[in-house]
Amino acid sequence: MIYFEDVSKEYGGGEYAALRDITFKIEPKEFVSIVGKSGAGKSTIVRLLIGEEKPTKGRVVFGEYEVNTLRPKELPELRRQVGVIFQDFRLLPTKNAYENVAFALEVAGVPERDIDDMVREALDLVGLSDKADNFVHQLSGGEAQRVALARAMVNHPKVVVADEPTGNLDPLNTADVIKVLEQINQLGTTVILTTHNKDVVDRLGKRVIHLDGGRIIRDAAKGKYTLA
Amino acid sequence: MATMMVILLVLMVFQGIFVFGAVGEAALTSIKEKIDVSVFFNVDVPEDRILDLRRQIEGELEEVREITYISKDEALNQFKERHKSDEAIQQALEELGDNPLSASLNIKTDETEQLPVVAAYLKNIVPEEVVDEISYNEDNKAVIDRLTAIIGVSEFAGLILALFLAIVAILVAFNTILLGIYSNRDEVAIMRLVGAPNVFIRGPFVGLGVIYGFLTATLVTLLTIPLVYLISPYATLFVPGFDLVAWFWGGFIWLYLGQIGIGISIGVISSMIAINRYLSI
Repeated sequence: MIYFEDVSKEYGGGEYAALRDITFKIEPKEFVSIVGKSGAGKSTIVRLLIGEEKPTKGRVVFGEYEVNTLRPKELPELRRQVGVIFQDFRLLPTKNAYENVAFALEVAGVPERDIDDMVREALDLVGLSDKADNFVHQLSGGEAQRVALARAMVNHPKVVVADEPTGNLDPLNTADVIKVLEQINQLGTTVILTTHNKDVVDRLGKRVIHLDGGRIIRDAAKGKYTLA
Repeated sequence: MATMMVILLVLMVFQGIFVFGAVGEAALTSIKEKIDVSVFFNVDVPEDRILDLRRQIEGELEEVREITYISKDEALNQFKERHKSDEAIQQALEELGDNPLSASLNIKTDETEQLPVVAAYLKNIVPEEVVDEISYNEDNKAVIDRLTAIIGVSEFAGLILALFLAIVAILVAFNTILLGIYSNRDEVAIMRLVGAPNVFIRGPFVGLGVIYGFLTATLVTLLTIPLVYLISPYATLFVPGFDLVAWFWGGFIWLYLGQIGIGISIGVISSMIAINRYLSI
């Protein structure tokens, strides 16, 4: 489903390489953690996958799309199939939880009559049905991240990418978010989690791709976050 | 507000060019109407002979737009009418008893440049013994050439000014739309993230440009109405018979659509530049 083939990403005309010749494959319904220190290249993989940047070398394939060759006008279609959440939530403070989730559907052109059901279903999935009317500042960090997760899920994407989703959360909220990610995965959605939280990765007991200096140094089917 | 003011200024200059062009065009047409070649015949030339010549000229000269025969009696009537307030002339005519005026053929062409050609042709084909005089006024041609040049230069200068202002307007509108993009950057980032089609992301900013253009075009057109009524009497003094108010209302829809077109173009070009520079997806 997702295939990175010999991918490198350099900045400053080759002065700095975020990724060097990495190759890996992710199958449908997999739960993969990509781990490594800050600057190891985890977020670069996310940006390449959603077409926010192009690789300097190599191919990035997502399903039927060869992402590195997509034209700007073809990217929205790809991005509707990849739900992404970030460490900083990226919610609109002027909208409540319900409106933040609905916004993703409105701008994607989903008919008005379908939006209500889809939003309620997504908020239910992340356990926030009772917080639909709360604004971002009225939610805890964990709840805000779950709203972001509901927004990422509301379009029923094939893949959910969580880029350091627990970086700003305490252990309790971290556990909540990871639990929801596992649920999403059990429902058949591929989940890619980038993190440097050793506890999270170890507790998951799923596939771990370990990056260091832009290279893959380990790819284990039921791995743990080994401090290299 | 500043954006609308500067677009307004551009549209006002364009409107000025349109109005000035119309007055100039009317002045030119009015003067062109007045110049012609006249063949004055000796008083004893019979009417049949003149009408034969008229048919010959009509048949042979492509340049002729209109050829009018003015008989001796008609010439006298016109003369009397023109000098009806001049007692001395009226009295002299009465004392003279006989009609001293010549019959004439009056020939108009489409272009003033054709007048010397027609005059030369007439000198060739009309026998000397029947002609009293063949005349055309070269002074009028010089006036027309000068007026055409003045109108051309003024319109060109106006156009340069309008284009310069249009560039300024595009830059100002560009900055305003840029501020709009900046203040909505979070929404824009999320729209990109969730795969909003480009039209959803760019649409509101292009729409902003369209609204600026449309509102200013409407405002300029509304401002022009009293101005046209104010200027119209002076335009009629300058070009007798030209009614600026009638011209304005006659072409109102086209003027308005033209203004909307220019206004919206400025707005949309500004938006597109801002979008392409800062909203690359």
